[in-house]
Amino acid sequence: MGGFLKSSIAKKVAMALSGLFLVLFLLQHFTINLTSVISEDLFNELSHFMGTNFLVQAILQPVLIFGVIFHFVMGFVLEAKNRGARNIKYVKYNGSANSSWMSRNMIYSGLVVLAFLALHFYDFWVPEIVHKYVESHPEDASRYYGELVAKFQDPIRVAAYCLSFVFLSLHLLHGFSSSFQSMGWNNKYAKGVRGITVAYAIIIPLGFIFIALFHYINNL
Amino acid sequence: MKLILKIWRQENAKSAGKMVSYPIDGIEGDMSFLEMLDVLNEELVAKGEDPVEFDHDCREGICGSCSLQINGEPHGPDKLITTCQLHMRSFNDGDTIVIEPFRANAFPVVKDLIVDRTSFDRIQQAGGYVSVNTSGNTIDANSIPVNKHDADDSFAAATCIGCGACVAACKNASAMLFTSAKVSQYALLPQGQVEATDRVMNMVRQMDLEGFGNCTNTGACEIECPKGISLENIARMNREYLSASTKG
Amino acid sequence: MSVLESKIPEGPLKDKWTKHKNDINLVNPANKRNIDIIVVGTGLAGGAAAATLAELGYNVKTFCYQDSPRRAHSIAAQGGINASKNYQGDGDSDYRLFYDTVKGGDYRSREANVYRLAEVSGNIIDQCVAQGVPFAREYGGYLDNRSFGGVLVSRTFYAKGQTGQQLLLGAYSAMNRQINRGKIQTFNRHEMMDLVLVDGKARGIIARDMITGEIQRHSAHAVVLASGGYGNVFFLSTNAMGSNVMAAWRAHRRGAYFANPCYTQIHPTCIPVSGDHQSKLTLMSESLRNDGRIWVPKKKEDAIAIREGKKKPTELSEEERDYYLERRYPSFGNLVPRDVASRAAKERCDAGFGVNKTGQAVFLDFASAIKRYGKEAAFSAGQKNPSEAEIIKLGKEAVEAKYGNLFQMYEKITDQNPYETPMMIFPAVHYTMGGLWVDYNLQTTIPGCYAAGEANFSDHGANRLGASALMQGLADGYFVLPYTIGDYLSGDIKTGKIPTDSPEFEAAEKDVRGKIERLMNAGGKYSVDTYHKKLGKIMWDKCGMARNEQGLKEAIEEIKALREDFWKNVKVTGTADSKNAELEKAGRVADFLELGELFAKDALHRNESCGGHFREEYQTEEGEALRDDENFRYVAAWEYKGQPSDAALHKEELIFNNIELKTRSYK
Repeated sequence: MGGFLKSSIAKKVAMALSGLFLVLFLLQHFTINLTSVISEDLFNELSHFMGTNFLVQAILQPVLIFGVIFHFVMGFVLEAKNRGARNIKYVKYNGSANSSWMSRNMIYSGLVVLAFLALHFYDFWVPEIVHKYVESHPEDASRYYGELVAKFQDPIRVAAYCLSFVFLSLHLLHGFSSSFQSMGWNNKYAKGVRGITVAYAIIIPLGFIFIALFHYINNL
Repeated sequence: MKLILKIWRQENAKSAGKMVSYPIDGIEGDMSFLEMLDVLNEELVAKGEDPVEFDHDCREGICGSCSLQINGEPHGPDKLITTCQLHMRSFNDGDTIVIEPFRANAFPVVKDLIVDRTSFDRIQQAGGYVSVNTSGNTIDANSIPVNKHDADDSFAAATCIGCGACVAACKNASAMLFTSAKVSQYALLPQGQVEATDRVMNMVRQMDLEGFGNCTNTGACEIECPKGISLENIARMNREYLSASTKG
Repeated sequence: MSVLESKIPEGPLKDKWTKHKNDINLVNPANKRNIDIIVVGTGLAGGAAAATLAELGYNVKTFCYQDSPRRAHSIAAQGGINASKNYQGDGDSDYRLFYDTVKGGDYRSREANVYRLAEVSGNIIDQCVAQGVPFAREYGGYLDNRSFGGVLVSRTFYAKGQTGQQLLLGAYSAMNRQINRGKIQTFNRHEMMDLVLVDGKARGIIARDMITGEIQRHSAHAVVLASGGYGNVFFLSTNAMGSNVMAAWRAHRRGAYFANPCYTQIHPTCIPVSGDHQSKLTLMSESLRNDGRIWVPKKKEDAIAIREGKKKPTELSEEERDYYLERRYPSFGNLVPRDVASRAAKERCDAGFGVNKTGQAVFLDFASAIKRYGKEAAFSAGQKNPSEAEIIKLGKEAVEAKYGNLFQMYEKITDQNPYETPMMIFPAVHYTMGGLWVDYNLQTTIPGCYAAGEANFSDHGANRLGASALMQGLADGYFVLPYTIGDYLSGDIKTGKIPTDSPEFEAAEKDVRGKIERLMNAGGKYSVDTYHKKLGKIMWDKCGMARNEQGLKEAIEEIKALREDFWKNVKVTGTADSKNAELEKAGRVADFLELGELFAKDALHRNESCGGHFREEYQTEEGEALRDDENFRYVAAWEYKGQPSDAALHKEELIFNNIELKTRSYK
């Protein structure tokens, strides 16, 4: 694996695969969150399942964490290599003439998403782990909804949350379809795929923003 | 028309360079960009100054010699042409034009606007060929029919002129479009199949060794390529590479 | 015995090459490893030769002035490559290709060489396809052909309008394979400055590293010159800016005879000159004449109105147009050979019917081709009654598929859309049939010095047919020279490495340094380009499409005077020990200033008209070229004697046993 990842193309493919994995995870996360808008019980039920199921906790969760870390570490590695490929910069570089802002600034949209992830871990994941494994509270299957709503009371947090999802959208607008190109999938269906990825990149982050605003406004 | 040219001047590979401004007058729209530089050079020679050195040869858009980053874009603002085919009618009286060499660590500056693109040659040498002896004792040319669409796609990839605009345009100075064009030309033809695995592995290895950046699919190369080489070629190379990796 | 021994093998025409290959000496594989060959120029001929020689086992060093072998000017050849494959079943054969080429060359080429060329032409296509050259194909998957000027069959293989590019990249890929094996060492951005002779044999070259200015000595057992033609003696031509005669001329000065310098091809379909700033001319492929119709207005008033922009060409009805090629040459029409088409265009323009601002252009019109293709396409698509607009739309698509890149190139240069308005074209210097004299083995009069491709004189006589240059370059490089050179090298298997510290190398290097010093230290009044442009104007006005005695005599005097002035007053900026484009140009122009004079001298001595050489004094009543087979059926090979004016003429009589000499007719 180490040998394989030495080549530029292999790194790109790894980047694409980890990205696609995160795209799938995002969809699953979104689906569960969306239930919080529809039904408190359903949300609690699903969260309880995710929080206590052995497979999810012992296998999916580490894989996810690995995927996230791998994606951003590889992102940094590639960015460093790419910046290093042109030591003397252009005096004038008209990037907008030939490429989109999103495609040229994945590192920045990625960094914003990363910062958000840190906040997100601090908000949800760390208390969750402390709650379950450090302080070893007995499981209360109805606690999740309340915790969620509580977090969306602070307008500053909600604003940061919304802004992050705008950047996630920008990140996805390039990244999702780009991952297909990296894996060598560019043919007559590519245009259709591009349409789906763009729709995903806009709808999912917008959905997250909606959920946040929904709970914030609901509890004003 | 009157113009101000801001041009990168650098004595040789080792010395430091800088941008120098040259006002120029009497430029006509029918002149090509390089003919405009000829006018400047005639003036510089008349004054006893060193003319600006730039690569050029065929001046009809096919040899791939001419380069130049013009106002932040390789081969200037017009699409699907090389610098020698860019005409001054694309500019307006009073414009300031910034002219720089193609920039990439793998394309070191030789002098002024001339860069060393031999890294491209080395990528080709690593596998950009079919290993057939030139004895002429091969099979008849028509003994293997080739699907016309494949032949046309192969030709489209093969029209690459090796100018390096893809590298110059890419924010990562990646040579994926160049390399993939050659890989694709052969991948699409039956003649190229026998060595397909080694070819893609060796060419990509050499490309990485030369210090080009990695592809992040911005698509800038495709837009700036004077021959319109498609991004599909990069996808095809990625595919070829993955399949070769599993065999290797 | 004359010094010009052509070494044509005995026997029937058909068997000569096979017999010769069987008779000549070979070098065994183990010995090839001990033999070095220098190849100067990496176009089709040089690239192909370098690859094949390396493949055979010789140690090859290649030299080119470009930054990569892939950029040699063969890359700009557009239309195609001939081969007598007869895939179309239209009656083609080796003999017919041979016959067409000799006739097209106005019976001034060597029968045996041309037959060999025809014989190996089919192999070239096989070879290139095996290498992965993506030729155009039909829907059935088989190779497609088109027709070119001067022939009645479809034998031209092509890759859109970029055939030269694809073939050159094929040769370059064959080179790359050998570079990767370590059998070819490339010296790019190096210019050959002189040929070194040891004991009368070519044993190496002096080269200048164009980046550092370093003067280097390179030795070898044989030297192959594949450095292209000298069309840039005209300043404006379709050649690349850097194309030059230095390598060939240096060899000429060292004893290689220069043959038929006055045979120059003026290509009929180039984009007309637009102004004084022009640095080069762009060719529009001859393949366009397959479908384009050439015309000028019938009435002078219309021509003047078009020139002044008062009328548009599309406003003229069919009756008001003079399709002069179709009128004068009904059987070949727009596909007459290049020399004939060029002269006809000049005749119309001189008579006052020319069409662009300068009056130096004719129309090349695709309107009827667009309609014809449109109808065909509509029919194939099952449309029984297509509308006019539909036909034109489909027709434009068909024309784009065939000539898209050429149309785009035209539009970029002229800012006019050739799908809507006819192209304007005018003849321009394109190719030089003359070059270093070589025998059947492609060896010059210097033992061990070979010349291949456009650099030699051998196959095209006084006029080259379209799509034959690529054929000759690759034939020489892949299939002829690598065999014939072995015959010579078989005597060198015990020679060992040629030392570069001999007095001969010493002297040659000193010469080169002396010349560079003179250029750097000349008077410094006028730029190199000033001289080049002046030379070009003399050549075009007096040695161009039509020549006469008086003009040629004037040209000789004027070039001589210009040359003297050049050495006194040329201004070369910068230094000799760095990248210096002015110095590079100066060295090349210095040689053009000598060649130009020899060119005029050759044209003056040839009191006949043949192919690209048209002497106004020698023409038929209808204005066609009038050959004099009695007195001029020979190759004029010039020996250097210190000054171009002192050059000594040697004649190689041309013997035609298989073709009857006729007045060339395309009517």
